[in-house]
Amino acid sequence: MRLYRLLLHAYPVSFRAEYGEEMCALHARRCRDVANPLLLILLWMETFLDVAWNAGAVHLDILRHDLRYAVRTLARAPGFAITAVSVAALGIGATTAAFTMVDHVLIRPLPFAGSDRLVKLWENQPGYSHMELSPANYRDWKRMSRSFETMGCYTVRLANLVGQGDPRQITETRMTVEMLPMLGVKPALGRWFEAADDRENAPATVILSNSLWQTVFGADAGVLGRTVILDDQPYRVIGVMPSDFYFPTRETRVWTAMRFAPADFEERTDTYIYPVARLRPGVTLAAASAEMKLIAAQIQREYPKEMGRTSSYLELLRDSLTPKSKLMLYVLLAAAVCVLLVACTNLANLLLARALARRRELAVRAAMGAGWERLLRQMLTESALLAAAGGVVGVVLAGLALPLLVRLVPTQLPIAEVPALDLRILMFAAATTCGTGIVFGIVPALRVLRGADSAGLREGSRAGVGGRGEWLRSVLVVAEVAGSVVLLVCCGLLIRAMWRIEAVDPGFRAENVLTLRTALPMPKYERTSARAQFYQRVLGEVRRLPGVTAAAYTSSVPMVLRGGVWPVEVEGRPLPPAERQNASLRYITPGYFATLGVPLLAGRDVAESDREGTLMVALVSESFARKYWPRENPIGRRFNFALRERTVAGVVGDVRVRGLEQASEPQVYIPYQQVPDGAIIGYTPKDLVVRSSIDPLTLAPAMRRIIHEADPEQPVSDLRLLSRVVEEETEPRKVQAAALGTFALIAFVLAAVGIHGLLSFAVSSRTQEIGVRMALGATSGDIFRLILRNALALSAIGIGCGGVAAYATGRGLESLLAGLNPADPATFLAAIGLCLLMTLAGSAIPALRAIGLDAATAIRAE
Amino acid sequence: MQSADHLLPLPPATFHILMALAEGDRHGYAILQDVAARTNGELRLSAGTLYRSIQRMLEQGLIVETRDRPSPEEDDERRRYYRITAFGRAAARAEAHRLIELVKLARHSGFAPGRA
Repeated sequence: MRLYRLLLHAYPVSFRAEYGEEMCALHARRCRDVANPLLLILLWMETFLDVAWNAGAVHLDILRHDLRYAVRTLARAPGFAITAVSVAALGIGATTAAFTMVDHVLIRPLPFAGSDRLVKLWENQPGYSHMELSPANYRDWKRMSRSFETMGCYTVRLANLVGQGDPRQITETRMTVEMLPMLGVKPALGRWFEAADDRENAPATVILSNSLWQTVFGADAGVLGRTVILDDQPYRVIGVMPSDFYFPTRETRVWTAMRFAPADFEERTDTYIYPVARLRPGVTLAAASAEMKLIAAQIQREYPKEMGRTSSYLELLRDSLTPKSKLMLYVLLAAAVCVLLVACTNLANLLLARALARRRELAVRAAMGAGWERLLRQMLTESALLAAAGGVVGVVLAGLALPLLVRLVPTQLPIAEVPALDLRILMFAAATTCGTGIVFGIVPALRVLRGADSAGLREGSRAGVGGRGEWLRSVLVVAEVAGSVVLLVCCGLLIRAMWRIEAVDPGFRAENVLTLRTALPMPKYERTSARAQFYQRVLGEVRRLPGVTAAAYTSSVPMVLRGGVWPVEVEGRPLPPAERQNASLRYITPGYFATLGVPLLAGRDVAESDREGTLMVALVSESFARKYWPRENPIGRRFNFALRERTVAGVVGDVRVRGLEQASEPQVYIPYQQVPDGAIIGYTPKDLVVRSSIDPLTLAPAMRRIIHEADPEQPVSDLRLLSRVVEEETEPRKVQAAALGTFALIAFVLAAVGIHGLLSFAVSSRTQEIGVRMALGATSGDIFRLILRNALALSAIGIGCGGVAAYATGRGLESLLAGLNPADPATFLAAIGLCLLMTLAGSAIPALRAIGLDAATAIRAE
Repeated sequence: MQSADHLLPLPPATFHILMALAEGDRHGYAILQDVAARTNGELRLSAGTLYRSIQRMLEQGLIVETRDRPSPEEDDERRRYYRITAFGRAAARAEAHRLIELVKLARHSGFAPGRA
């Protein structure tokens, strides 16, 4: 019988209380009636099923009943229902959107088979943790290592696709034959690369991305076997990848087989390939890293001159993004959770106020025999219903907000740009909704039900005033104010940091400069003179366009290509390998500094007369000159760089090559013609920069025409204003600041609503007291102060707690603050000022209503 | 009185309980025995089904709990006795009528014996 009593706990308490005893008696009689032990077992089996079925049905009956009741009561208070649903929707929507981003970028496994064992390998030098490998090092690392199942590598370049409509420049990823099987993604059409594709002199093959296949080839399944021309070379199409395949980034449009010629293995410092490997089962990242360190040390001993500073660095493919992008997303999630908590607090407050107002109704129902469990259940059903409606609206809001947040998805991960709102996210939203419904529903319900029996009938509408109900509501308001202070301060700090970064001098003047890219294909433009002819013709005609004041070509505009560095050796000052330093290397045509507004501080600009065969010259940046020839005249000094000895011909201002937030290496500029044919180190000049006195974008059609006339097969890409490039530096920060600002605004408004609600309730339930005070001679000012004092006290406590929490949070954000003090007084003062203003705004209406009361009417209010 | 039509068709358990109570007040176990006897043991309501039905029938006003109790020697104070209401009788009659009409239709189609 004990077992049966235990089983009965599956039924709701009220049902058990009503029928439990009889059911037990009935079950006992049934058991007595059965003589056969076998039949007794059958009876028990039947009983289990009976309880499972009927208990579920009873619960469902109650739920249906409670839902009907909740819908009816909420329909009678539409203002309350709409407010509660909106508040829940904001909290759940913010959290869902932020979680979607964090999940997409940081948590969800990459869409590759066994992606948790895929690692990226880098060369590591003092000051550079992530350097590409040279083919020779890749070959040796692969041969010597035992930690990996397979290792492959890829490299990315720009290629010109001609013969399919207009010529276009596309991103091409060359990869070794191991790569696609390692990632485990099969082509949607056709096949992977095969070992034969890797060999020299084999017919070149290409796999298309789905987007290129759709846009350029009209999704024609007959594309397999066709020949396309990339940089003047024919490639046979062997496959099309699925639409959700991105590797290594979203930009890649075609994959070709990577081939190495024997000459590629000669120069160990020419680093341009990215190896990826799959860890053997059971081998940890740490173990593999340790092995690679040993291998790198061995190579160091073999090639002390070139490899003296080079070690290795391994990371999971999943983790290949900067700590800053990670922190930005976590900050977003934390801020969203903060909004959710403020929203929950607000909802709890709303429900508490409503529950206190309904105390009489609850007391009547309790008096009529409804158990506390039934009343609790009823109230929770109501809050769950509100939360569910809020959840649905919240998910819709999150879906709408996601495209606005895509700037926070780093471009270097092989994932889609816009995260999908899939089942996983919906599950998260559902869990958040349940949590929200329970958290904000249970506190007020328990609070009110404790003593709902007779006290409610006696206290009537004044219930909760000055008692624990008001105390609890005050705590909730304090929490809301504290939450808003934290969000306001964090948002303020991030905005101030962004302003700081925007104020950084990039070293060049980006206004009125247009830039576009013409990546000249090899081997068509392998000869330096062929390239020079193209540049001279284009520049000559562009400079003649009305409005153009200067124009030049460079290997890359600053902040687009951030690396492109080469080690420096200064004549007569041999440095030990560990102290050797790099400088960024750019090839330029004359007029580059005038176009970008970089000051020429000493000496001369590069000239058309600087050619192969004349003195090898270079222009260096101020920091370069200061570093190697402090307090000396750098002009005429010699140094080794990019495989040649160069003489300093001029000194120019420093430029923020690596962007506004990062220190850059000193810069070296080399005349575009002082390069041996077909053996350029780094990148050939491909970015055209044009300064004009009129709106530079109006020049674009004429510039396209000039390029088309110079080489009809040459595509033009990346046409944009240089000022856009600089603005993009702070774009993720802008998105984050906007998101956090929105969150802060939501929390701020919710807190104001909370204060308003609390005071309105206090005023309406203290009407009589206020009347008495007025009758005894209190002035309007006294009453106003009485109400306001209450609000300000709560606000002050909230600001105090929030201030401490905000400082702690600010310390955690330090790496995002660009040197700004996390206790920045201006930000804190502004946040505190805003909160006080919010308190005043929230209390104004209730306080004015209190003043407006007529003493005589107020005293008779009950 | 409110029409019982909106309750139709009655769940079989409900109809059987109403029939068991037609002859007089009964407690839960007596209802079970009555139903079993009436159906020659074909239908044996479980405790869960019985009391879940009773709860719903009380809410719907088909039955009431009665305070009249039998003589003390026959009584067990844990037992609760139920009585059919006028509304309950109306509902049972409406259900019976519904079933009769259904059987008539079945006869027309030749699915049931008897005069069409």
